[in-house]
Amino acid sequence: MADRTSERKQEWLISAPSMVWLTVLFLAPTLLVFAISFRPSTPFGGVGEGWTLQTIRELANPNYPAIIWRTVWLSLATTVICLGLAVPCAYFMARARARWKPVLLMLVIIPFWTNFLIRIFAWKVLLHPEGLVKKLLLAVGLVEPRDILMYNENAVLLVLVYSYLSFAILPIYAAAEKFDFSLLEAAMDLGATRLRAFLQVFLPGISRGLITAALVVFIPALGSYVIPDLMGGPSGEMIGNKIAQRVFVDRNLPHASALAAVLTLAVVVPMVAVIFLQRQKKPARAKEAGG
Amino acid sequence: MPSTMDTSIQIEGVTKRFGSFAAVDNVSASIARGEVFSLLGPSGCGKTTLLRMIAGFEQPDEGRILLDGEDITDLPPNRRKVNTIFQNYALFPHMTVRDNIGYGLKVAGRAGAEIRSEVDRMLDLIQMGDHAGKKPSQISGGQKQRVAIARALINKPRVLLLDEPLAALDLKLRQRMLIELDNIHDEVGITFLYVTHDQGEAMSLSDTIAVMNKGKIEQTGRPEQIYEAPRSSFVAAFIGDTNFFEGKVTAVLDDEYSRMTIEDLGEVLVFNDKRIQVGSPVHLSLRPEKFRISRESPPENGRTNRLEGVVEDIVYLGSHTRYWVNVKDYRIAVTQQHGRFLLDEKPVAWNDRVFVWWHADDGFMLEQYREDDEELLTSPGE
Ligand SMILES: Nc1ncnc2c1ncn2[C@@H]1O[C@H](COP(=O)(O)OP(=O)(O)OP(=O)(O)O)[C@@H](O)[C@H]1O
Ligand SMILES: [Mg+2]
Repeated sequence: MADRTSERKQEWLISAPSMVWLTVLFLAPTLLVFAISFRPSTPFGGVGEGWTLQTIRELANPNYPAIIWRTVWLSLATTVICLGLAVPCAYFMARARARWKPVLLMLVIIPFWTNFLIRIFAWKVLLHPEGLVKKLLLAVGLVEPRDILMYNENAVLLVLVYSYLSFAILPIYAAAEKFDFSLLEAAMDLGATRLRAFLQVFLPGISRGLITAALVVFIPALGSYVIPDLMGGPSGEMIGNKIAQRVFVDRNLPHASALAAVLTLAVVVPMVAVIFLQRQKKPARAKEAGG
Repeated sequence: MPSTMDTSIQIEGVTKRFGSFAAVDNVSASIARGEVFSLLGPSGCGKTTLLRMIAGFEQPDEGRILLDGEDITDLPPNRRKVNTIFQNYALFPHMTVRDNIGYGLKVAGRAGAEIRSEVDRMLDLIQMGDHAGKKPSQISGGQKQRVAIARALINKPRVLLLDEPLAALDLKLRQRMLIELDNIHDEVGITFLYVTHDQGEAMSLSDTIAVMNKGKIEQTGRPEQIYEAPRSSFVAAFIGDTNFFEGKVTAVLDDEYSRMTIEDLGEVLVFNDKRIQVGSPVHLSLRPEKFRISRESPPENGRTNRLEGVVEDIVYLGSHTRYWVNVKDYRIAVTQQHGRFLLDEKPVAWNDRVFVWWHADDGFMLEQYREDDEELLTSPGE
């Protein structure tokens, strides 16, 4: 027991710098954002004195529900599609021959070597009315010459999925790597079809990887700003774009803060819920390691 | 061989290659219904591969496999009436013991109440009723083993395939589980195909043993046949300890006996029912327990062979003693059970000059061994 406490102390000491860092540069600004939501705005783009609920009332803007709805569904759709693509990818990566694994892993990581913005601009080039994708789809007759592939929700979704797919594959692959594939044979031995074994044994076996992947896709997707800005046009706006607009165009900081606070809560509440759920799973796993 | 109603599994000329390497090489075997059939052989000889082909996890490149006379070679594992106990048990970690055991019935679409009562019956059989709600991570190795057995047996398979089921357990538990497996076999009466590299396990459990080496079955027979009448030097060396002597047949005396000469040791009388011809190079295999050892010369007997040597080493092993006797640079292993008569004598001691002798019937003459068995033809483990 004495060992435990000294270990705890050490853990605290080691994590202290990052705790300070997070408190000063992350928690404090976030609290400031929350605070500013309750301040009046000034005509010159500043933050006034005193407290008011004016901004909160302004959130009842009739445009917002649509944008918030779009933000949520785009993020959910991105998460679902990313997981749907990442699970088979991770499965095949984990089952590949040992010498192929590093190669496949490299292929997943290589896109990170190119700047995020450049990759999004590359999509703009591809989807452009004169771009490669458009021409290919025209050639096979899947689109009409007048169809526009960009500046709509679907283009945003496509690029969101593209951008976050790697982030989904990595944690799922890490879980699949540790999965004991003889369990699938055991399930089939007991009469399960390949699909049933996959659903009832493989997916529960990699559940931690799935949860992590869902979080690392859903949270950044909710806060997307660059992708809808470049790919979305007015019909593909997300809440991130509105916040930027309130800051740079309307110069209304309290309003932007209130929107940001709503977004933060939308991220933090589900995350805390998930962490809480995982905590509940933990005792069983700790025993596994011990026994 | 036509498959009869008494044949449970018929393996016909099955070959499995990985690249150009044949892990299982033209194997044929016939496993009778209700028997315990063991595949025994050293690591890497292809036991697991053969078992996996019967379970359906691997496809043979050649040959076919019949279950109760029906060709199952192309059936997927989920459609074969066989179940497997995996070496690492392969229990589903996210399910409770109860759900693990009931999984096969659930997949088969049985009603919940039926599954519950069947699982209860199985829990009784393996005496795990108190642990039904636990996860596999919360039970011991022996308990996992029993759950794995119950999970397989609940499906009433025609054959139970066991791949080194006891390998992960310690000696004590292994012995207990061995008895338990035997009892379970008596109770359910289905065919067991048991894979092991442990000859003790195979000997004590099996009705039939097939000794495998390098992808081939070297010999199939009852345990005592395998032990007492090995048909190849590999089998002789792999099953139990043995002393090998190289030599040539010098004379065939009658239908049963021949004489052979062993380099440096001279001529000995050997049992030769295989009619190995004069001049053939042969090996004589002599099990350590077939020798007698004493300081006095043994009584003359037309059927015994006698050698004279010096005791180099004595290892007391509780129920018996192992002597190492040097006879003209041959190091011969001799074991003697302890009995009243030995206690009365002055025991054989280190550096004593002794006689070792054996009855000609107790030696086994084997024709040329294959080159690659050479490493096995050393003296018994020290
Ligand atoms: N999937 C595979 N790919 C390539 N070679 C394989 C594969 N599976 C088995 N082998 C090879 O086939 C041979 C037989 O393997 P197998 O697992 O059947 O041996 P075993 O008799 O069960 O050995 P052990 O007692 O160690 O379990 C080995 O040399 C092994 O390396
Ligand atoms: Mg094996």
